[in-house]
Amino acid sequence: MMGSERVAIVGTGQTKHQATNDGSIAGVVRQAAERALEDAQMSWADIDAVVIGKAPDFFEGVMMPELYLADALGAVGKPMFRVHTAGSVGGSTAIVAQDLVAAGIHERVLTVAFEKQSESEAMWALSVSMPFQPPMHAGAGGYFAPHIRSYIRRTGAPDHIGILVALKDRLNALKNPYAHLHEHEITFDSVKESMMLWDPIRYSETCPSSDGACALVITNEKGGDAAASDGRPPAWVKGTALRSEPTMFAGRDQVNPRGGQECAWDVYKQAGIAHPRDEIDCVEMYVPFSWFEPMWLENLHFAGVGEGWKMVESGATQLDGDLPVNMSGGVLSSNPIGASGMLRFAEAAMQVRGQAGEHQVDGVRTALGHAYGGGSQFFAMWIVGAEKP
Amino acid sequence: MSDIQLPERLEGVEPVRSIRTFASLTYQYTPGRAASRFLKEVERKRLVGQRCPVCKKVYVPPRGSCPTDGVATEEEVELGHTGTIVSFCVVNVPFMANLMEIPYVGALIQLDGSDIPIMHLIQEVPYDEVHMGMRVEAVWVPDGEISHTLESIKYFRPNGEPDAPYDSYKENA
Ligand SMILES: [Zn+2]
Repeated sequence: MMGSERVAIVGTGQTKHQATNDGSIAGVVRQAAERALEDAQMSWADIDAVVIGKAPDFFEGVMMPELYLADALGAVGKPMFRVHTAGSVGGSTAIVAQDLVAAGIHERVLTVAFEKQSESEAMWALSVSMPFQPPMHAGAGGYFAPHIRSYIRRTGAPDHIGILVALKDRLNALKNPYAHLHEHEITFDSVKESMMLWDPIRYSETCPSSDGACALVITNEKGGDAAASDGRPPAWVKGTALRSEPTMFAGRDQVNPRGGQECAWDVYKQAGIAHPRDEIDCVEMYVPFSWFEPMWLENLHFAGVGEGWKMVESGATQLDGDLPVNMSGGVLSSNPIGASGMLRFAEAAMQVRGQAGEHQVDGVRTALGHAYGGGSQFFAMWIVGAEKP
Repeated sequence: MSDIQLPERLEGVEPVRSIRTFASLTYQYTPGRAASRFLKEVERKRLVGQRCPVCKKVYVPPRGSCPTDGVATEEEVELGHTGTIVSFCVVNVPFMANLMEIPYVGALIQLDGSDIPIMHLIQEVPYDEVHMGMRVEAVWVPDGEISHTLESIKYFRPNGEPDAPYDSYKENA
């Protein structure tokens, strides 16, 4: 539930996401943080505490990187807090930062999330073998492909739905200078003809491996009001929610996980939203494989069960549709894993602040940022709005 | 970075962007009571799950408790070596170079008598004939090579039975 203090996002920053960023991890996180501070018109001295998140330490092989990053993030002598919730971590990190402000513990918190996949051994880190697990050797796509197949079986969705989502997100990315993939030549047919990596997931329906970081400056009501009166409208936090569920239990619905459904109703209730499709202007959701867009449209109650793919097919989630989804190009166009959730949250804030440049949706008052992680088991969401709650 | 003044002898030399170093880790694994029982039975070529006293669901491999009800699962249930493909993936990515010829199929298989699928390989059938509801059986490694690991099952293959009806496995699909 919301704390007693109102919370505002007054600065966002990110790096240009790319396959290999020549900067060190410290350099990458600092660049995102400096951009967020600049956007907030603050300096390092203005920050009371730093909250940082990333995927498992195993990825880059740097144990507790927050310790060595304290210098780069201006956190020496200040409280610093590390968050880890698998792929959803960027979202839950932002929520922990906002909680510190909502609780009245700090006035101004810098929050940062990152990944350097070029330095990572993610595939190895995720497949440490245990004697009770059979050998699988198929990576994240091999884990999620059977869930997508189940979704298609349940709903009778036609094959081209995944292609439409991939094409939309990659075209949106062309409007986002920070996106990793800028595929100017992409077409429906080029996605369709790309290699079937993990049937039913094609190469062009899969996220890239990226280096990148994202940062937010989060303040209390006083800070939000100050920014607003200076002509820099903040994004006000209207609700935040986290949920998790076990990776495995009998009868677990991995296509439409209960944790995600309940997380969504919780965040909508806090924001006073009864009809999400009508009351939310745009959504930035965590879609690492194209088919997750129709699946999450149902999980997040924008479409009835079995109807998500029809919403995609109708064009409703296009940049000019009635519920634009993944205006930034999404995870399908940039995936610095630890930062990916925070990028979704940042895009939601940028949209309500009218700061999204070429991928700005007109007149956004309310936006949802969504992240998930693990085996579709960790969920983080926030609703931000242009009006003070 | 470009404003760093390099000594003359390094001018024109391609800068080092990254280096690759190798690490190897060996872990001691303590499976606990439930998984130990399971692995001991695998050594005897038996698959033994545990039933939850509350929801009656049979877990394999057992973890010793039911994640839904939070109670210990004591009752052991011997499972068949046959099961149903609940869902699957055709893998075209060469993950473990040389270990597997691509494409190959990874499937969620619900063993007969259990209520939760396990992930395993499907072989001895063309990949494009694999489908949901297909009935399969375990193929074990030779007796002398069986040990306390699920790798003692080499893969699953079709056993020729008619497909299971969707309703019989849809709870896990
Ligand atoms: Zn139970």
